[in-house]
Amino acid sequence: MTTSPLLDASGVAKNYGAVAALRDASLSVLPGEVHALMGANGAGKSTLVKILTGAISANAGRILIRGEARDIRSPAAARRAGLLPVYQEPSLIPDLDVLSNLRLTGTPVEPFRAWVRELGIPDLDLRDTARDIPLAVLRVLDLARALAVEPDVLLLDEMTAALPANLAEKVLEVVRRQGDAGRSVIFISHRFVEIAALCDRATVLRDGATVGVVDIEPGVEEKIVELMLGTRIVKTHVAARSVADKARPPARPRITVKNLRVGTKLSDVSFDLADGEVAGVVALEGQGQDELFAALAGSIKPSGGTIEVDGSPVKFTHPIDAIRSGIAYVPGDRSEALAMQRSVRENIALPFSAALRNWGPIHMRKERATVASAIERLQIDTRAQGEVQRLSGGNQQKVTIARWIAADARTILCFDPTRGIDVGTKQEIYHLMRELAGNGKSVLFYTSELEEVQRVCDRVIVIFGGRLVDIFPVEEADEPALMRAAYGLPRGAKADVGILADPHSSTQASNASDAAEATP
Amino acid sequence: MSSTAITPSPLPLGRRAKRFMADRPLIPLIILLVILVVILQILRPGIVNERWIANTIKFAIPLAILAGCQTMTMLTGGIDLSVGTVATMSAFIMATQIVNQDPAVAFLLAMMPAVLIGLVNGIGVGVFRVHPLIMTLGTTLIGTGCLQVYQRTVIASGAKIPDFLAWLGTGVTPMLGFALPNALLLFVPLAALIVFTLARTGFGRLLYAVGDNERATRLSGVQYWQVITALYVTSSLLAGITGLLYIGLIKAPSLSLAEPLVLPSVAAAVIGGTSIFGGRGGYTGTIIGALILTVLTTLLTILQMPEGARRILFGLIVLFVTAAYLRIVEDK
Repeated sequence: MTTSPLLDASGVAKNYGAVAALRDASLSVLPGEVHALMGANGAGKSTLVKILTGAISANAGRILIRGEARDIRSPAAARRAGLLPVYQEPSLIPDLDVLSNLRLTGTPVEPFRAWVRELGIPDLDLRDTARDIPLAVLRVLDLARALAVEPDVLLLDEMTAALPANLAEKVLEVVRRQGDAGRSVIFISHRFVEIAALCDRATVLRDGATVGVVDIEPGVEEKIVELMLGTRIVKTHVAARSVADKARPPARPRITVKNLRVGTKLSDVSFDLADGEVAGVVALEGQGQDELFAALAGSIKPSGGTIEVDGSPVKFTHPIDAIRSGIAYVPGDRSEALAMQRSVRENIALPFSAALRNWGPIHMRKERATVASAIERLQIDTRAQGEVQRLSGGNQQKVTIARWIAADARTILCFDPTRGIDVGTKQEIYHLMRELAGNGKSVLFYTSELEEVQRVCDRVIVIFGGRLVDIFPVEEADEPALMRAAYGLPRGAKADVGILADPHSSTQASNASDAAEATP
Repeated sequence: MSSTAITPSPLPLGRRAKRFMADRPLIPLIILLVILVVILQILRPGIVNERWIANTIKFAIPLAILAGCQTMTMLTGGIDLSVGTVATMSAFIMATQIVNQDPAVAFLLAMMPAVLIGLVNGIGVGVFRVHPLIMTLGTTLIGTGCLQVYQRTVIASGAKIPDFLAWLGTGVTPMLGFALPNALLLFVPLAALIVFTLARTGFGRLLYAVGDNERATRLSGVQYWQVITALYVTSSLLAGITGLLYIGLIKAPSLSLAEPLVLPSVAAAVIGGTSIFGGRGGYTGTIIGALILTVLTTLLTILQMPEGARRILFGLIVLFVTAAYLRIVEDK
């Protein structure tokens, strides 16, 4: 390649005390390129991004922008150098309206408006307070705000996580066009489909060092995974119930939901969940799945319909009621479930102390044994177990699940448990869910990543517009079918939707998934 | 960002010392306490003797118990400003009721306002979600008002300090060659109980967890109002007991007996490393914090400065110590 890189970082290192977050990272981005930055959780992606955008300073390394060495000491300096990030967490100030937020960063309003429309939100009121705007829209606004100042290098950290498919599609389209317009984008994502559809090259990090730069071409997925993990992992379909199991007459339903209604968000939803089953829930963002899970978990009161547990109707007024019925809820947002400053052990043992009668002295030895076996079962990396906030995202997620394994809950409601965590941990979570089902427990599993459905679920419930639109047996629940159903299209419709509709991305995506299928 | 590798490279001595202290947050506090005592001894040679130590402990104990109330409430992200009024009320009621009543009855009467105020605080904070600062400030004012009304009704009966409380508050028992203040008989078991509760009981765990992330505790089945109500009742009971101890020490019932201890009790908990935002801290640090404040008060008294200057200096030192301590302990 003769073009000189727009951004060239090499030998970047960062230590936190004795812990090396980055040892030797390099990243070189050409003009007009969409460059993927990949790595398992804890590989150092976030640290590298923070260094590039001036949020933290590196201990060593060299950063060249257009061939000139630049010292990026602050986010403002990064901005002047033409580097602009969009982080995973929304960055608008919640108590200000959108317009004030724009003024705060000196963002031109008209280009911002244009980008917002371009990104698929036609009716944004700039006077809306950021707090009242749904998360998915906030992330799009963050992106629009960055685009409006026309940065040379745009850094997108897990941009499409938590985005419904329709918005994600627009975002990807816009990102692609940035590249075509000669600007560069650094794209961090765990979704291969997106990377295949979007990126030109990928830099792979492992243990704080760059271990490879690859061109994105059909079949590269396996190579990237290999680089990320350092060993070859086999991407298998976690076997759903075996044929013999399926012949078994269905057990009495563990939970029966009849005509469940929650405000205006969820109406007339009915389904069963049997013991020994993993039932998937698929829906675009904000179709009522949050309310469904919250109602089953006892967090909110349904406004109509009934929930039956083991055949008898229940009314939950507090999560403790659901927990007493053996129903545990693992929320999608880990920060919602964990006491971040407390130890792994205390977090796992938290439900044990909840009831008034368990406020007395703790039987330490018994607790240690229970916690240790849960940690063992989930393979939690306990090097930093003194405070949960020091664990990687994947390990934090495991702690939220381990809690309910330790408490021996009969039904676990998992809301997008694999969001933003690495491939290896995802696999472990899939296995765990199957194992739980094998032991006669039941799992209700909402996922925003459609490819997970066929790996884990026995059945799939699709919700659209607050209504249950379809229940698929797992054999028919391939990604296009689910995508159509999630958009509320009837089964059997032929038109491709979502990112699969784009001819360019469709070939790449199917190539990528073919590559996945072909792996032994 | 998570750890990826532990580099075993040797660190410079300064950083190692810092890390050592970050792992054992009590050490810098103890060092500070010793430094203060040494300064005192230099300024006034010979002052640090057995009698001085016993006196310091006597005055530090009521402060340390009230600071225990603050530690526990602060762990949940709250604060209990009503401890001063509760202590004053129980002391005042005890001193006036003992004249005509059986000691046990007087004791029960003295503890009644403590239970009531604790219950009101707990329900206000836990059920109606009033901010603890406002809630306990409100009950402080109400309690003070009630005490004034009560004072009028007993104005004729007079007051006396029960002998037992005087013994407990000011007495010393020679033991192993030291004159140990009797108040330790109350304080040591009480402190052990608080430390044990925080570290080894379900209730203690919940205090930390609620202060760290209330939503997470709710999802784990914890009923917030139960924890908070139990907490504020406990805090008030401790404050009531402190009042009885304090009247034995001061021996002069008044309507503002323990008020001057309220803000120092908050300061002692903060100096002791308890985070005012909840989820972090412990009682052993608080005890040392109370000792530090007591020694500091003596130090400033012997400097013979005007009251105003002494207060300014006290405030500055508290701010400086807290800031320095947080810098040392939070290893970044």
